[in-house]
Amino acid sequence: MRRNVQLNLSVNGETVEASFAPYKTLLEVLREDLALTGTKHGCELGECGACAVLVDGEPQLSCLVLAVECEGRQIETVEGLARGAELHPLQAAFADLGAAQCGYCTPGILMTAKALLEREPHPSRERIREAVSGNLCRCTGYQQIYEAIEAAAHHMERVARET
Amino acid sequence: MKVIGKPRRRVDGRAKVTGHTRFADDLVLPRMLHMRLLRSPHPHAHIQSLDAERARKYPGVHLVLTGKDFPVSFGILPVTQDEYPLAPEHVRYVGDPVAAVVAKDEQTASEALDLIEVKYKLLKTISDPIEALQNAEPRIHAYSELGNIHRLQAFEFAGRSNEVSEAIDASDHVFEDLFFYEGNTHLPIEQHASVAEVDGEGKLTLWSSTQVPHYVHRSLARVLQLPPTQIRVIATPNGGGFGGKCDVCNHEMVVAKATMVLGRPVKVCLNREEVFYMHRGRHPVLMKFRTGVTRDGKLTGMHLQTLVDGGGYGSYGVASTFYTGALQTVTYELPRYKFEAARVFTNKPPCGPKRGHGTPQPRFGQEIQLDRIAEKLGMDPAELRLGMIVKPDSLTANWLKIGSIGLAECINQVVARSSFKDRYRKLPFGRGVGLACGSYLCGAGLPIYWNKMPQSGVQLLVDRSGQVTVFCGATEIGQGSDDVLVAIVAEVLGIDPFSVRCITGDTGITPVDLGSYSSRVTVMMGNAALQASEKIRQMIAETVSGELGVAPDKLAFANGRVTFGDKSLTFAEAAGLAEEKFGTLGSVGSYRPPRAPGRFKGAGVGPSPAYSYTACVVEAEVDPATGWITVPKIWIAHDIGRTINPVLARGQVEGSVYMGLSEALMEEQVFRRLPPKLSHALVHKIPSLLEYKSLTSLDMPEVDTVLVEDPDPNCPFGAKEVGQGPLLPVMPAVANAIYDAVGVRIDEIPITPDKVLKALELKAAGKEARVGPSAFPAVPYPQPVEVAPPWEGGDGNARKGAEKPKLKVSAA
Repeated sequence: MRRNVQLNLSVNGETVEASFAPYKTLLEVLREDLALTGTKHGCELGECGACAVLVDGEPQLSCLVLAVECEGRQIETVEGLARGAELHPLQAAFADLGAAQCGYCTPGILMTAKALLEREPHPSRERIREAVSGNLCRCTGYQQIYEAIEAAAHHMERVARET
Repeated sequence: MKVIGKPRRRVDGRAKVTGHTRFADDLVLPRMLHMRLLRSPHPHAHIQSLDAERARKYPGVHLVLTGKDFPVSFGILPVTQDEYPLAPEHVRYVGDPVAAVVAKDEQTASEALDLIEVKYKLLKTISDPIEALQNAEPRIHAYSELGNIHRLQAFEFAGRSNEVSEAIDASDHVFEDLFFYEGNTHLPIEQHASVAEVDGEGKLTLWSSTQVPHYVHRSLARVLQLPPTQIRVIATPNGGGFGGKCDVCNHEMVVAKATMVLGRPVKVCLNREEVFYMHRGRHPVLMKFRTGVTRDGKLTGMHLQTLVDGGGYGSYGVASTFYTGALQTVTYELPRYKFEAARVFTNKPPCGPKRGHGTPQPRFGQEIQLDRIAEKLGMDPAELRLGMIVKPDSLTANWLKIGSIGLAECINQVVARSSFKDRYRKLPFGRGVGLACGSYLCGAGLPIYWNKMPQSGVQLLVDRSGQVTVFCGATEIGQGSDDVLVAIVAEVLGIDPFSVRCITGDTGITPVDLGSYSSRVTVMMGNAALQASEKIRQMIAETVSGELGVAPDKLAFANGRVTFGDKSLTFAEAAGLAEEKFGTLGSVGSYRPPRAPGRFKGAGVGPSPAYSYTACVVEAEVDPATGWITVPKIWIAHDIGRTINPVLARGQVEGSVYMGLSEALMEEQVFRRLPPKLSHALVHKIPSLLEYKSLTSLDMPEVDTVLVEDPDPNCPFGAKEVGQGPLLPVMPAVANAIYDAVGVRIDEIPITPDKVLKALELKAAGKEARVGPSAFPAVPYPQPVEVAPPWEGGDGNARKGAEKPKLKVSAA
């Protein structure tokens, strides 16, 4: 018999109690045990970046992280980006500027971009290209993704100046 | 216009950035079980026995299905119903499914798969087209036309027999070139997934990441022997399709059967390796182009031969094979044309449609050959092309009806914006620019199964609150199908697109649309949507005209109001009045493409309501020491007819450029033999996202995109396709740029550094500076179907039909 582990995870600022088989990845626990299906999978081998989430603010491939290792760490997923009905500037820019076509790689790229902008509020195009180079997108050709990240950075800068 | 042509957030954009978009694997139903498939480890074998007893008894297992449970075959084309959901007896590629386990979770199902014992009798593996031509036995399919040649096709469009060869021979210049295009795969980031459920009334519902719910519905009825009325297929938003979810899939049939047996929901999600084996991607194609040209740069005739590697099953292959030759005539004036094609079966994952379906391969050859022709004639490659563009509103040699053509403007745009004329042949060694063009269908003229019914239907429901709901069977695969649908309705009714509710891709409640393939959605669904919305608008206009005392055609529908001068009603008020007058407000629209003028057998592939056109300039840098290729910038102009949403249209163009460049430089679906002491099986060389190389953000160049608008009268608001055409010119433009950079010809895809280096070495040794195929095997093509072109007094019928080839297979 496989025995479940039981532990508390901090997901999107909320403490949740979860019971799951100890070999489960963070990806599986998020999707299957916590019903957070916004995080996607494309390979489950750490190759495509679709499952990227933030762990203590750093982008991590959730398919390569064991959920049991995440106790006491801050996990952020795409579900935690918006504030109520208000989209995060990255989300709004992605939606407005064509950065999400099929939308499948989008959650992973949004989280990667969030980490980038938190570290570097005004990244160059080159830095954006590097930051998302682990996230494969088959639809867009990336240009509209770069433009959306740049637009969000400008927007966040403007808001920061005004407040 | 208020909506059409304006940059907008797509109507489903918010859901995609919040994680709300529910893809198939995101669905969870109460009491849901999980399924995994057991796949053949051998490329070609007969199943001698299959013992699933241990798996059946494994704790947590609910059901094991095998080939015995599926007596009925299926296939996307009526002429190739050659697959079984689970192979009962004969496996034809590594990955061919033979059994399925349904268990309480995926892990348990996977463990139980190992307990199924299958004994195979190995058959000789047919690994490539040459082996298929040389070995009539063992037959991969008994129904193939000749040995392991699945299908042979031959057509000659000329005034009399053999005229094409004679005209080519008599030309000022004759060009004979061989090209090879390696296979590659779609690589959608979403793996295929399906969830099946039996509802309270005993009816079957299948949610699936499919581009073609209507065809899946039909296949389920056939395979499960169910009345179609008991089936509902819901296409979940696809996490990328590109043609990879166009086929009816084994797992869809099996998961549906499992839920029917168990009465509980069942989910299946392929893993990435399985997606590589499912494939249905780009066919590897060997091509021989023989083309005659006058000294002033006019084509006198073209003879194209193709040899198409189909893999283990039919899939769309018969159509794909036609497409390797059908569209050679729609771009440049070609007075006569001969086309011969053969598709062979091999023991590899089945090939099918990938973005551009069968046309990128010959387009690659045609556009490189034109580059050679321009060089030989001392002409600028842009001028050569501009001098022979097909005339608008004309017929081609093979009886395709051309409407609008914005290609000249496309060429002029990319040439000017890239300063092509200042750079072509003028850049220092190691840097170059290349030009190429392309054309594509805006929807296949004929449906996959013969019928005269509409190919797309749209239904509208409007109520007194002003709410508009639009229903259509079209499928959102990320390309913006829903956005096109809503945009057209919103434009006609003068309302905000975000006020329209859109329900698509559900065979239980939406009118039939054949699906998202052949770039058909904008034109076919769009025309149906236009018709349905105009009917509603007419009803509302009639009502309001009485109310305001003006003629119906004087009313303006815009900004959520129905207006005449300073008098106006809100759309909701107007809809309410119309509801009073007519009762519940609804309308339908449907679309069937115009009848194609060709009457000969085989004329069904190639016709389209309209053709899109694209021109592309690629800049390349080649390091002569390593052969490494860098592409700093690409300029592309696409004749879209009319842009519906420029944000999405640009995304389609740039996504096509990305995919085309990735194919050009690195993508390949290739196979290797395992060592003899293992099974010696022919397996996929690199079935993973890491090793199947594709461009990342670091490799992707800047793209300069221009949308050229030459509205086509057959299209809604003049809008043509944009999802596939822009891919076509990219690969040959890369090859032409590399030639401009370092003077070597790479006549095969992908163009990798080792090939460039080899060609540079050949050049240094004074040999032909070329890497590419060196021979075209003898293929027993039949006598061609002979058809006179329109200008030779033809009527679209064949003069002479195809005779069956003799039962003799020549060796290479």
